[in-house]
Amino acid sequence: MSDFLMPSLGADMEKGKVVEWLKKPGDPIARGDVVAVVETQKGAFEIEAFEAGILGEILVPVGVEAPVGAVLARIDGPGAAPRPAMAAPAPPRPAIQPVASPPPRPAQIATGRPRISPAAARRAIELGVDTRGLSGSGPGGAIAIADVEAAARKPAAPQPSAPPTGTPGPRRGFDPAAMRQAIATAMARSKREIPHYYLSLPIDMGIASEWLAAENARRDVERRLLPAALLLKAVALALRAVPELNGFWVEGAPRLSPSIHVGWAIALRGGGLMAPAIHDADRLTLDQAMAALRDLTTRARVARVRGSEMMDPTVTVTSLGERGADSVFGVIYPPQLAIVGFGAPRITALPVGDAIRPRPVVQATLAADHRASDGALGSRLLATIDRHLQRPESL
Amino acid sequence: MTTTYREAIKQAIRDALNRDERVFLMGEDVGRYGGCYAVTKGLLEEFGEARIRDTPLSESAFVGAGIGAAMAGLRPIVEIMTVNFSLLALDQIVNNAATIPHMSGGQFAVPLVIRMATGAGRQLAAQHSHSLEGWYAHIPGLKIVAPATLEDARGMLWSALEDPNPVLIFEQVNLYNMEAELAADAGAVPLCGAAVRRAGRDLSLVTYGASLHKSLVAAQLLATEGIEAEVIDLRSLRPLDDATIMASLARTRRILVVDEGWRSGGISAEICARVAEQGFYDLDAPPARLCGVEVPIPYPKHLEDAAIPQVETIHAAALELVRPSGRST
Repeated sequence: MSDFLMPSLGADMEKGKVVEWLKKPGDPIARGDVVAVVETQKGAFEIEAFEAGILGEILVPVGVEAPVGAVLARIDGPGAAPRPAMAAPAPPRPAIQPVASPPPRPAQIATGRPRISPAAARRAIELGVDTRGLSGSGPGGAIAIADVEAAARKPAAPQPSAPPTGTPGPRRGFDPAAMRQAIATAMARSKREIPHYYLSLPIDMGIASEWLAAENARRDVERRLLPAALLLKAVALALRAVPELNGFWVEGAPRLSPSIHVGWAIALRGGGLMAPAIHDADRLTLDQAMAALRDLTTRARVARVRGSEMMDPTVTVTSLGERGADSVFGVIYPPQLAIVGFGAPRITALPVGDAIRPRPVVQATLAADHRASDGALGSRLLATIDRHLQRPESL
Repeated sequence: MTTTYREAIKQAIRDALNRDERVFLMGEDVGRYGGCYAVTKGLLEEFGEARIRDTPLSESAFVGAGIGAAMAGLRPIVEIMTVNFSLLALDQIVNNAATIPHMSGGQFAVPLVIRMATGAGRQLAAQHSHSLEGWYAHIPGLKIVAPATLEDARGMLWSALEDPNPVLIFEQVNLYNMEAELAADAGAVPLCGAAVRRAGRDLSLVTYGASLHKSLVAAQLLATEGIEAEVIDLRSLRPLDDATIMASLARTRRILVVDEGWRSGGISAEICARVAEQGFYDLDAPPARLCGVEVPIPYPKHLEDAAIPQVETIHAAALELVRPSGRST
């Protein structure tokens, strides 16, 4: 038997509120299954189980706050406490959740994919509405804008202790003021405690851009790569070479991480910011990195980030994108050791051989904790990122 | 002043003949008979045989002569009785008129205007009633316009004559008797650019020609049911005014193209393709089309009516788009 705990979703989190149980006592649980949804100052997060078993007693019901580390529920071992309904050993990951689900709607039976109009899908992202479980009023039963807006207007219904259904209702949004407060606390702590040093290096993105254009010309639209994937991968690989910047400052000493989990800063529509982890980013192929970025950004904007993704980023990357400023000197997210920033690409006159050429240049920056490392090491990280970006084919 | 579409075209021709001595009109029965739809009645007496010319029954010959006259510096208006007959002049229109400015490297302009009747509704059967303007809109080098209002009928001809490219003007046969107000000082209007004939927020009816007026009536019906349809008059089928269509779609998020022409490979297909390409993320429902039934236009009145979009079918298709009957909730 083990305990299912209120996780710490960042150094600044003290408590969280259970807003939804996705499993009920007696349900089989596989490692990685989302068991509950917890609301924090930074929004709602899905909390996964770290062990397989059978969900036992729920100790913290929906709507109740609990401090970090509190036991939310018991998880019984797979062999323990046979239950009448569970005579056979539970399959590790049931293909279909054995719960009462609403009758299939025409919107979902044709392909298994929900039918939703493109405009409604976009509106759902803007409003942070989870479209799963909505019924559609558009042609063919498709979900239309009106359905999404109606769902957004509906007040977050108090979730009684009714058994969870296979299709969770609209996820609670977050309170922007609370998120602001969380950011304020973390950033003030960072600036108070961490002696930052700052470095910058202009990186010629010409080769990378050309390679990307050629690569994308061969690809279907949905498989195209964005420069962000190259930046993510270049940072992750560089941190392999300069591991001293990957990890945490804990109790007066650096504690380096063997894994490279890149926290990718995502600006949320309607304000706010989060930097959930892309796990083992150095081991992803570019396609996987791109898929991870897309997936994470989409989920962050509809508040479906996993708890584990908030817990363990070992470094942060903030990329301002095409329309951003020239460069960004980040504030380290404590207790991490460093934050890497990328400004918007700008066409800049650059010496190439004996000539001056217009080249797309990105300002790469590093803000790092001077307690844990020095500028020479930081320079090596930026130079290594640069080197990787000059050989995009090997990323 | 209240007048007719037919009279508005005649005024435009008369005005052009008066303003520019290079302008002349030719076609089958345009002179002594006054035109098969009586558009040119009286012009022969007014302007004489040199400028109002009856031609032999050979579309290829007189369209070809028009191309030559245009290249040589005149401003011919060629009338073809109906779009079905223009197929006899396809070689002249597609292989010559549309290509000569290009193949001469711009040395020759072809400022030719061809007017022709199009569409069903007059019980003229399958060889006189089709809507082939969408075909012509496929051809680079041509400009294709379809005036649906008296202002456009009065104003497009002069702009077409001023244009260095061949311009085809399609006049839907049911419009000739349409009466409306036309300002005494009505003049030239630009050929390009669609017009929003009715503003709305719930869906866009995109159409042209005689279907415009059916769509406007359908929009009034829809308004009584609380549905505000925006009605777009394309005016020009080549070039198409993508910007106006997409801007309307961005407001209404639903689009129904109403087109008397056949559905497969028609102008409505082109519009829907552009909507999918440029307006995909604005769409709240699949782009819809209401087109002519894919049969030769029948002769009996009730079958002819059933073969092309009508107020009732436009209303029903629009309603289905906004308030689907098969909805599951």
